[in-house]
Amino acid sequence: MTNDLARWQFATTSIYHFIFVPVTIGLAFLVAILQTAWYRNDKPEYRRLARFFGTLLIINVAVGVVTGLVQEFEFGMNWSAYSRFVGDVFGAPLAMEGLAAFFLESTFLGLWLFGWDRLPKGVHLACIWLVAIGSMLSAMFILAANSWMQHPVGYVLNSHGQPELNSISALFTNPTFLWGYVHVILASLVTGSLVMLAVSAWYLRKQREVELFRNSARLSVIVLLPVIVLQLFVGNKLGEIETKYQPMKIAAAEAQWENCKPCSFSAFQIGGGKNDKTPSQIIEIPHLLSVLATGEFNGAVEGLNQLQTEYEHKYGPGNYVPDVFIQYWSMRLMAYLGSLILLLALWGAWLLHRGALERSRWFLGISMWAVITPFIMNTAGWLLTENGRQPWIVQGLMKTVNANSPSVTSTDIWISLIAFVLIYIALGAADLVLMLHYARKGLDRDVGDVGGAGGEATLPAMSY
Amino acid sequence: MLHLDTLWFVILAILWVGFFVLEGFDFGVGALHMLVGKTEAERRVAVSTIGPWWDGNEVWLIVAGAGTFAAFPAWYATWFSALYLALLLVLAGLMARGVALEYITKRDDERWRRAWRWALTIGSLLVPLLLGVGLGDLLNGLPINSSHEFTGNFADLLTGYGLWTGVTLLGLCLLHGATFLKLRTSGAVRERAVALARPLGWAAIALVVGFVIWTRIVAGGNDVPEPVEILAIIAVIFAARLTATDHDGWAFTSSAIAIAASVGSIFIQLYPNVMVSSTNAAYNLTVHNAASGPYALKVMTIVTVIFFPIVLIYQGWSFHVFRGRLKEPAAEPEAPGAVAPAAPQA
Repeated sequence: MTNDLARWQFATTSIYHFIFVPVTIGLAFLVAILQTAWYRNDKPEYRRLARFFGTLLIINVAVGVVTGLVQEFEFGMNWSAYSRFVGDVFGAPLAMEGLAAFFLESTFLGLWLFGWDRLPKGVHLACIWLVAIGSMLSAMFILAANSWMQHPVGYVLNSHGQPELNSISALFTNPTFLWGYVHVILASLVTGSLVMLAVSAWYLRKQREVELFRNSARLSVIVLLPVIVLQLFVGNKLGEIETKYQPMKIAAAEAQWENCKPCSFSAFQIGGGKNDKTPSQIIEIPHLLSVLATGEFNGAVEGLNQLQTEYEHKYGPGNYVPDVFIQYWSMRLMAYLGSLILLLALWGAWLLHRGALERSRWFLGISMWAVITPFIMNTAGWLLTENGRQPWIVQGLMKTVNANSPSVTSTDIWISLIAFVLIYIALGAADLVLMLHYARKGLDRDVGDVGGAGGEATLPAMSY
Repeated sequence: MLHLDTLWFVILAILWVGFFVLEGFDFGVGALHMLVGKTEAERRVAVSTIGPWWDGNEVWLIVAGAGTFAAFPAWYATWFSALYLALLLVLAGLMARGVALEYITKRDDERWRRAWRWALTIGSLLVPLLLGVGLGDLLNGLPINSSHEFTGNFADLLTGYGLWTGVTLLGLCLLHGATFLKLRTSGAVRERAVALARPLGWAAIALVVGFVIWTRIVAGGNDVPEPVEILAIIAVIFAARLTATDHDGWAFTSSAIAIAASVGSIFIQLYPNVMVSSTNAAYNLTVHNAASGPYALKVMTIVTVIFFPIVLIYQGWSFHVFRGRLKEPAAEPEAPGAVAPAAPQA
């Protein structure tokens, strides 16, 4: 019970945190590009766009940062047995994240926000790039830590049977990390560009500020197309890596109960979960699963039943099959929505090519609503990867059921879970109110560089 | 030769000291901003004094937490799980004030602003108080069994010494915030900060003296205060007295030293323990039995030696860029367009 509650809390807070993270990473990068354009061509519309999307960025960063605090504290608060057991390895990338990435991101965010009229143009531009780089570095360290839970490397078991770090480079060359990290960065760029596209589409449909928002719409489509193409490739590659190191995860995602060779891909099915292993309805595509999971036309995939027998043999009795329903549908949600986004990006690119992007009401209307899809895909991705790791908290080393804090009672967790949910609802509501308000409010008239730098300190930009 | 586990204890102590010195004035400003600012414009000025910096300052806490996880996993595990409900409140406070600082002026709506101003105020009061309790409890001792698990409940966290430490650090943060506001503002805001600094100064002196005496009792044995404890008392007296003068910089420096010496004294007293067990001294967590292996510590040390100086340089530069006293707000309290262009549309 306590363990389940701790899991619910961690899942809730992580999924929530990751609503804001990809927006931050993606938008910081795009704002940096807009500001670079302004730096190079000196056209005021790019400065206005950078400030406009910068405001949306800040609204999200605020919630992203504070919900990240919760994540860091939660390991010790809720998962003390885990922290005690793996801190030697797992703690290092987290501490590095703070030192090498989060300091960078936070300090230069302050400099960027308040430095518009105080710093030289080039230095100020460097600040937003350092924010963008800091946020990407931050994700790198977190993913290195997370990937270690999926596929532990670079450690030896000491005399107490605890993992001890013996190769830091192994953590950062872990194949699960390399592909997983690229996957997350691309997902963030997809998210950022779809947010930018949706806001731009809204203005273009209303025929407001068309001269400005055609630029940001173009930028978002130009970023989105190559990124989504790469993402479909990288996501597939990550699936192959996971088939190798966490076969249960992928077998469950395919609801593949028995060994197969060649393997058909189930495009849609009803049933086939835990209690009814034979689906009642299924649409299959021959050979596709073999290709996706192994890269070979006739590749073999191990079934859940065979894996279960193997794991029992290796790790003792227990259930080693993750929840098939969650695995199967999170995989499909991601893949299908990703494909739809690819179509949207192709459509957008074609319209751009014809110079008709800002006039296509259909495209603009769909783009506005497409902003929901990256959040669904991101959540599905984490469900797939974390649920697919179960029953392990660290694959093969420690089970989730043994990882929670012995001294924390279920009453404690009920209190914190309810508190977090209430706080997160309030923060989410405030964030949404501001996002809609600022996204629709339009751009400030650019007043130019009144005040200017130097001299006596004026109120550093009335941000407060 | 200095052992790496001891070195990491020192690094973590420095991070906690740095956090309270830097974020300490942010807490103070957050807690006092509605008192030093009567009009909306004045309150904006007060909060603007920490605007570019508070976010970077808060990272000191994050690195202290993550550094504890990496260097002393057992300490992190026992401490954070023991403080469960207290840390929940800390997180609630940090979330409330972190978001408030970004959101307060983002809507022109009196109720919106009032709600976030209170979130900022309460969050800024709650966090240093509770973190102080958590630090004091390390030295005071908590019920911890032979497998390093906390065996008490929330009430056991509220030890006399822990609470006194919490109130002392809160008092010092308020004084530190007042000396900071005195340093960075002018006109009515500065005058009110000076007026507040007087009672805050007396309170802080009383708290620090009590804290030093109580630390002597908790630490046991030696009745003679350590040099760092004497420094804390002298510095807080200086800070309180200098607020009445025009030596704004020295007053602020003194309150910074007072806070640093007070936080530092806890760690000096604690060593070589990291967390005392009130159940049995044999169950104490120490720098030796709670530390990570030598390889992990070596890696972390190298990373710190490379990155920490760089962090200090760019954080220092950020302080340099936004140095100087803020002007009094214009007579028009609500004239967003009248001032310099907003950091992305304030």
